[in-house]
Amino acid sequence: MSATAPTSPRRVEEVDSITIRFAGDSGDGMQVAGTQFTNVSAIMGNDIATFPDFPAEIRAPAGTLAGVSGFQVHFANTDIHTPGDSLNCLVVMNPAALKTNIKDLLPDGILIVNSDSFGANDLAKAKYANNPLEDGSLKGFRIIRVPIDTLNREAVKECNLAMRDADRCKNFFALGLVFWMFERSLDSTIRWLNAKFGKKPDILKANLDALKAGYNYGDTVEVMPVQYRVAKAKTKPGTYRKLTGNEALSMGLVAAAQMAEKTLVCASYPITPASDILHTLTEMKHFGVKTLQAEDEIAAAGMAIGASYGGALGITSTSGPGVCLKSEAVNLAVMTELPVVIIDVQRGGPSTGLPTKTEQADLLQAFFGRNGESPVAVIAPRSPSDCFDMAFEAVRIATEFMVPTFLLSDGYIANGAEPWLIPSVDQLPKITIKHPTAPNGTSNGPSHENGAGEPGKFLPYKRDEKLSRPWAVPGTPGLEHRIGGLEKQDVTGNINYEAGNHEHMVRTRAQKVANIAQTIPDLELEGDQEGDLLVIGWGGTYGSIATAVQRARRQGRKIGQVHFRYLNPFPKNTGEVFKKFKHFLVPELNAGQLLLLLRGMFLIDAKGLNKVQGRPFLVSEIEDAIAGFFKN
Amino acid sequence: MATTQLPTLKPADFASDQEIRWCPGCGDYSILAQTRKALSTLDFPKEKMVFVSGIGCSSRFPYYMNTYGFHTIHGRAPTFATGLKMAQPDLMVWLVTGDGDGLSIGGNHLIHSLRRNVDIKVLLFNNEIYGLTKGQYSPTSRLGTKSKTSSTGSIDSPIRPLSLALAAEATFVARTMDMDPVHTTSILQRAAAHKGSAFVEIYQNCKIFNDGVFNYVTDKATRSDNALFLEHGKPMVFGKNRDKGIRLNGLEPKVVTIGADCPLDDVVIHDEKAANPTMAYLLSRFANPDFPEVFGVLRQSEEPTYESLMEDQMREALAKKGKGDLQKLFRNDDLWTVE
Repeated sequence: MSATAPTSPRRVEEVDSITIRFAGDSGDGMQVAGTQFTNVSAIMGNDIATFPDFPAEIRAPAGTLAGVSGFQVHFANTDIHTPGDSLNCLVVMNPAALKTNIKDLLPDGILIVNSDSFGANDLAKAKYANNPLEDGSLKGFRIIRVPIDTLNREAVKECNLAMRDADRCKNFFALGLVFWMFERSLDSTIRWLNAKFGKKPDILKANLDALKAGYNYGDTVEVMPVQYRVAKAKTKPGTYRKLTGNEALSMGLVAAAQMAEKTLVCASYPITPASDILHTLTEMKHFGVKTLQAEDEIAAAGMAIGASYGGALGITSTSGPGVCLKSEAVNLAVMTELPVVIIDVQRGGPSTGLPTKTEQADLLQAFFGRNGESPVAVIAPRSPSDCFDMAFEAVRIATEFMVPTFLLSDGYIANGAEPWLIPSVDQLPKITIKHPTAPNGTSNGPSHENGAGEPGKFLPYKRDEKLSRPWAVPGTPGLEHRIGGLEKQDVTGNINYEAGNHEHMVRTRAQKVANIAQTIPDLELEGDQEGDLLVIGWGGTYGSIATAVQRARRQGRKIGQVHFRYLNPFPKNTGEVFKKFKHFLVPELNAGQLLLLLRGMFLIDAKGLNKVQGRPFLVSEIEDAIAGFFKN
Repeated sequence: MATTQLPTLKPADFASDQEIRWCPGCGDYSILAQTRKALSTLDFPKEKMVFVSGIGCSSRFPYYMNTYGFHTIHGRAPTFATGLKMAQPDLMVWLVTGDGDGLSIGGNHLIHSLRRNVDIKVLLFNNEIYGLTKGQYSPTSRLGTKSKTSSTGSIDSPIRPLSLALAAEATFVARTMDMDPVHTTSILQRAAAHKGSAFVEIYQNCKIFNDGVFNYVTDKATRSDNALFLEHGKPMVFGKNRDKGIRLNGLEPKVVTIGADCPLDDVVIHDEKAANPTMAYLLSRFANPDFPEVFGVLRQSEEPTYESLMEDQMREALAKKGKGDLQKLFRNDDLWTVE
């Protein structure tokens, strides 16, 4: 089946980029419409960035403000890093969606409205006293009223569906219309519908009919003013796919396990916005991946660490509230020096907070949220596709240094999508893991009051040059040993409460984590290599910061940018980079957590730009903060 | 397949070089000795045995065994043991816990590891008191127990560990006591032989904080009148003169005197393999002084273990999808190529 685009005599305008948002009720299928639009745009060669935004409730009462679900796509003929600050085009399926989204539409922006859903009842649910389509409040926008309910029902009537089922196709009618407007091909969506509804022919036909009817409506009805054309982006040659941060994380973990020739054991408890990782890994059994849905967050951490103790790669994925519960188990892995990867897809906190909204406020929790002196490795991907590389790194660091490793993703990059240049499998780095098979006690071994010089004995805390201890796996004859959470003597691992030994062990564990810096890339300085202002970020805010810095530099300002993907330890050149700048701006989606660390550790007079609204930075917010620096 | 002759192990081979730090007279010493003894009879490689524990006096156990050992955190030992079994299903994993560790802070994990039927042998040392924190009442302390945190008597109704294990669908449920070494050894051997979650409650005397709480069954003088030793296929008979038994009136158990009024044939025959767990549940509630407290195996059933079900699914996935191919995984979506 294929759809050929009818030729159109209408005006076509060339533009560099477009930001469009689909908004409707949670039940209106806006996430599906947005995802389909993204896929097609990516396949047609545009660069893309997306921002799905949905309520925590599965189905808030239909038509209400609380139930509005949105999906934003930014597509362009250039390299882009964000889903866009404001909208060129907004599609709204009901008054509630109009009310909650209209503030983001640019002046003269295109507003496509489902005019069938603006009855008195609908307006009341959205708490509109007057009909905004009639009271002049939408002046300045290019409003296109489309009776989507009526047209859609008409389009699918041959399928004889119940009214309710017929109405469920209206997202595809709207999508078809928008496809026409932006010259998108229907092919990939038709393929997707066939795959999804192949076993339900009437539903399949209805959705296809709705999609094509929407497209043809745009082509034939005079209300559509113009078509827009966004040329292909000039990107690095190669084969691409689209992927979200959570997909990238899952694939990165599987790839790392394969390259380490290890069984991956992922134990998790369902939690938004991390559950997708467990969903995805559950389907990877043929890669030797074992998944457990634990009884709670604590159990998930315990199972992951237990699996690592048994010589597998133990992983647990969660969000902030889950990290709270896992802390004690993670500390056991700090003490027993076992590798485990803790994935925290951060969301708005504290407590249950804003489950579906993004935030970066778990940084200090990852660093310090445990009793005692408890150093762990902390890394953070900077974009959806970077989640692949950093998942790989998390496994590499955890196993090379026998240390719990936190990977801090966030709701924004977890659900956001971008194109990914598919790597060649034979170029993925190998992860070499060695398990001892023979006792390591030697007659001339390292001297220790109670552990040295014991040939034939296994010494579980006899370290290598990186200070990493041997990962001896149960089942290995002759290496029987005991580990646990009590302080232990270095080298022998025997329980030991002596003052000097404890301090030695605290400092050794810290030095071991510090040694990770020898194996990570230097901090990359983008933009000006020295100058007035250095903008410093970490994690999922890279796109907004990079775009803001690029724009500010075009205005002739001397600005550098660094973005931390490795946070504990920091890259070893961090202090050197800081010396090249006079002022420092640290934008974060928290109240100033990296800021506190940098001021404390590097003694720089950095200033924060802090936003805690459950939403990512707009580029303009960072641009304004940069401009503010140069005003003073 | 060639079989390799395993070296014959002695109980002493299971002793680690660590100094034991339990109080003199603690019931744990006897359990430790019987465990070493039971393991030495198993013909199972020592390096494939792992002792996992939580926190408390009993949880120091792994340090004293010359096997692999993991002393974890309070109440969570079942989770570490479960993860370990996922990594290496062939290990023989023992879990040592106490009434506080296993039934208070760790009650949730105990229930879930039992109902999943993970092949872990759980030894719950029940002394009805918190020892390591120096004498607070525990979730198995009897109503009215006076302790540092219940000076006027505890008002918490106690948990019955065996009832809980049965409700959690444990496939092996047994009880023994520290003061009966022969019985302890035999129950540990039975637990070792069981495939699936084995739950063994061990009455254990805390010399310091709860001394003598089980005297009615541990003292030889009163034991036979207060303890019913269960044997599969045998009538439930007890008493110094073996003249008392258990009879069922409907679902109501009664202690009867065997004789003219109640012939031996009327006494319930113990069936640890019964498909229906009701009788096992009734036995789990037998409590002094109204009933003799039961020792032995209450229930044993053969069910697939969690790890075997997982291995089955792993094999099925492999058969259905073929060995995982990263290149295919990376490309399992719409692709586009930039020239």
